Amino acid sequence: MPVETPGPRPSVVVLDYGSGNTHSAVRALERAGADVTLTSSPRAVAAADGLVVPGVGAFRAVMEQLLAVRGDQLIERRLAGGRPVLGICVGLQILFTEGVEHGERTDGLGQWPGSVDRLDAPIVPHMGWSPVRVPEGSVLFEGVEHERFYFVHSYGVQTDPAAALAAAGETPLSPPLVTWAEHGSPFVAAVENGPLSATQFHPEKSGDAGARLLRNWVQAL
Amino acid sequence: MSVALRVIPCLDVDAGRVVKGVRFEGLRDAGDPVELARRYDAEGADEITFLDVSASSDGRATTLETVTAAAEQVFVPLTVGGGVRSVADVEALLRAGADKVGVNTAAIARPELITDIARRFGAQVVVVSVDARRCPAGTPTESGFEVTTHGGRRGTGLDAVAWAAEAADRGAGEILLNSIDADGTTAGFDVEMLTAVRDVVDVPLVASGGAGRVEDFVVAAATGVDAVLAASVFHFGTLSVGEVKDALRAAGHVVR
Repeated sequence: MPVETPGPRPSVVVLDYGSGNTHSAVRALERAGADVTLTSSPRAVAAADGLVVPGVGAFRAVMEQLLAVRGDQLIERRLAGGRPVLGICVGLQILFTEGVEHGERTDGLGQWPGSVDRLDAPIVPHMGWSPVRVPEGSVLFEGVEHERFYFVHSYGVQTDPAAALAAAGETPLSPPLVTWAEHGSPFVAAVENGPLSATQFHPEKSGDAGARLLRNWVQAL
Repeated sequence: MSVALRVIPCLDVDAGRVVKGVRFEGLRDAGDPVELARRYDAEGADEITFLDVSASSDGRATTLETVTAAAEQVFVPLTVGGGVRSVADVEALLRAGADKVGVNTAAIARPELITDIARRFGAQVVVVSVDARRCPAGTPTESGFEVTTHGGRRGTGLDAVAWAAEAADRGAGEILLNSIDADGTTAGFDVEMLTAVRDVVDVPLVASGGAGRVEDFVVAAATGVDAVLAASVFHFGTLSVGEVKDALRAAGHVVR
């Protein structure tokens, strides 16, 4: 077991909005050195050092559940104050412009440009441990750039949000730093962008590599 | 850049203990499930599968506790199957800490259950387990493989290959194909059956039943399956997860 850093543990809220298995996310973040609460209380979400938005299932269902607890506003408010947010799996997907499932379009939170579409590969879902292509300057992946992470998803973002921003003539203060993976074709495996980070894979299910990634995030809080 | 072939130890759990028999009979005690899951995680298991074989409701309640305890200590995906009959059963298992849930008999009786679970929790949660055997005389199916229930003791007359394809169409995120003839025999996987199902299924496919030597895993992997699952060879220490991975790697397969 890694030696945990002495001193106060950063507080992390795992947003509780009825999406899937949050048990492992809570335990993995605790192991990463955080003091973790599972809640959707606006006060707790606003006060925490870090907010984790998990997400399992269909894009539309997750968006509906998220809006039901006003998760969109909670996330927006934190980001406006430069307070860290980490999306996991569908928690990454809903940060993009939109999701398209079975021909039906659902609006996402629009933090980054891009559409979440069905993966184009012989075997879908993409289920299992895949390597990632980490860009220079990544904080999340420090020390685990060459490890595999556990993915389980049928949809993904297959365009570059940084390139889309540039093409639209937008020059954000800090452009999104994109980590890629591949299943059939390249897709976005993670994004680091100021206070907002997200992973398509499940760090809480990715063994020691995932634990290190979560610790990197918690230690930066 | 491709996804690694997964190696999955499977724990048959009865009232909080791991058991393992041959062809589902003559069960032997094989230890504490949480302890074993931790050991397999440390050895490099890519996932852990729990199969609840408890006959009683007390046994089932104990399984939920086991899953929760395992999820506290094991940071790779957990699949739990056995006796899952409804969306509510799936929800209880997910809440306990399962990442994926295996359905078997209930899906055969009511195939729309697969779609119901997939709509509610996503296809990636639904693993359809198919316990299949080579057709005995008198119950022919087109593929020559038949779906069984009750641990292989009852035939259904259902074509195993067609059923696997239907399960995937209905929303299964993964098919776990277990050979009843080979289960627990350590005489090797049923390669012919795996090949027949691989040809018609475009969701991940897990090979199960018959693993005995490292070579068996290599032969099964060559059929194009996404994962190989075994129980007794791991529980009784015949093979370690690492040895299986070394053999797969040496044969040119990508492993973690």
